[in-house]
Amino acid sequence: MKKLKSKEMFIGGVIDKKASSLEYKTGDWMSFKPVRDVKKCTNCLLCAVFCPENCIKVKEGKVQDPDLKYCKGCGICAAECPFKAIIMKKLEDCDL
Amino acid sequence: MKSVMSGAQSASYAMMQINPDVVSSFPITPQTDIMKEYAIYVRDKKVDTEFLLMESEHSALSALVGASSSGARAMTATSSAGLAYMFEILGVASGHRLPIVMNIVNRALSGPINIHCDHSDSMACRDSGWIQLYCEDAQEVYDQTLIGLRLAEKMSIPAMIMQDGFICSHCLQNLEVLPDKIAKKFIGDFKPKYSLLDFKKCVTAGPLQLQDYYFETKKQLSLEMKNVFSEYEKISKKYFSLAKRKYSIIEEYKSKDAEFIIVALSSVCGLIKDCVDELRGKGINAGLLRIKMFRPFPYSAVSKALKNAKKIVVLDRSESFGADAPLACEIKNSVPEKIVNGCIYGLGGRDILKSNVMDLFNSMIKNKKIERFINSR
Repeated sequence: MKKLKSKEMFIGGVIDKKASSLEYKTGDWMSFKPVRDVKKCTNCLLCAVFCPENCIKVKEGKVQDPDLKYCKGCGICAAECPFKAIIMKKLEDCDL
Repeated sequence: MKSVMSGAQSASYAMMQINPDVVSSFPITPQTDIMKEYAIYVRDKKVDTEFLLMESEHSALSALVGASSSGARAMTATSSAGLAYMFEILGVASGHRLPIVMNIVNRALSGPINIHCDHSDSMACRDSGWIQLYCEDAQEVYDQTLIGLRLAEKMSIPAMIMQDGFICSHCLQNLEVLPDKIAKKFIGDFKPKYSLLDFKKCVTAGPLQLQDYYFETKKQLSLEMKNVFSEYEKISKKYFSLAKRKYSIIEEYKSKDAEFIIVALSSVCGLIKDCVDELRGKGINAGLLRIKMFRPFPYSAVSKALKNAKKIVVLDRSESFGADAPLACEIKNSVPEKIVNGCIYGLGGRDILKSNVMDLFNSMIKNKKIERFINSR
């Protein structure tokens, strides 16, 4: 998200655009990244239910690769997965 | 239209003509007279204001923040400890760029508790992002309340209109007020820059701003403050065409060719003008520079007005303990520091006498040492 200059901003810190929070990608806060092992995953969908940021999308009953734009790497998905199909990997160990 | 009013009455008379959508009030001496008068206008249905009796000054200003963000014209008045209790919300009002206008009747801050005039209350708030206008008499309070409202709304910056407690606020003075129709035409309609009740243009007001945006919001206000002078000039020109009274950010009283100048704020300037007249009669080049707009501070206008001065005494009615007092600080920033003497007078309502002012001028003329504390033991 491009940061506005003071001249470009509306007065008083007031946000004059609707749904601007969608533009605020919180994904770059993460220091751990969830990585799913497709072989272990049974598509029980618990991770999708527990994800506080709605990053895990489900298509036709199947878990898709997580959308990391808003993932803060909280690790709830990994903690909740009964099959240990998700592990949290340190960001510096990942290939970006 | 000629009239006789106290400073407090003239402030509430201006408020009556403005007829704000919301006025909140909490009593404190010596401001109470403003709201007492305004309550009578409400009772007599001369205004159709939503008149709120709050449980504290903190709540009184908070209510106006809500009202003003909803697009309402909002006003209140306070003094001393009341203003100190509002301090937190002063920054909220200016930070959100809400054009709230507040009449301040200057009174000393506690403790020891004291109800009389000094400027320690409003000076403590000088860095809160509000426009500050200091008035000499009831006439000016009336005019500056109208001008200040237009200025605040045009710039989207809140404004304080100061008058001296009891000296100005409770003494009857004759003044000229505008007929209601002309005053209302001058004030015009309030067109807020944003409103929480405008469903066609939805906004989020008061969001959290951390390391990434807070700085820019404050920078924006700081840069906008510099445009206040030119806007004030425009508005006062328009006011002059209606009222035939000219207002500017400073008042130069016989100071253009003066070598010995006193710089001061508010009601004491009447006394100094009297002294200047007497000295001029004796052929001494004395003068007075009265600062009307203290925030934003008109550095270039002041340094231009003081360029011929050989000696300057700055009279402050508030102290910055262990440092230069607020006005002295600004004057030292505008002219070479060595010609400036900062003096403190009138704390807690202590009188300043004509002989005190004459002594100041004489000390300047004879190049004698100037005592920092005037009429004190």
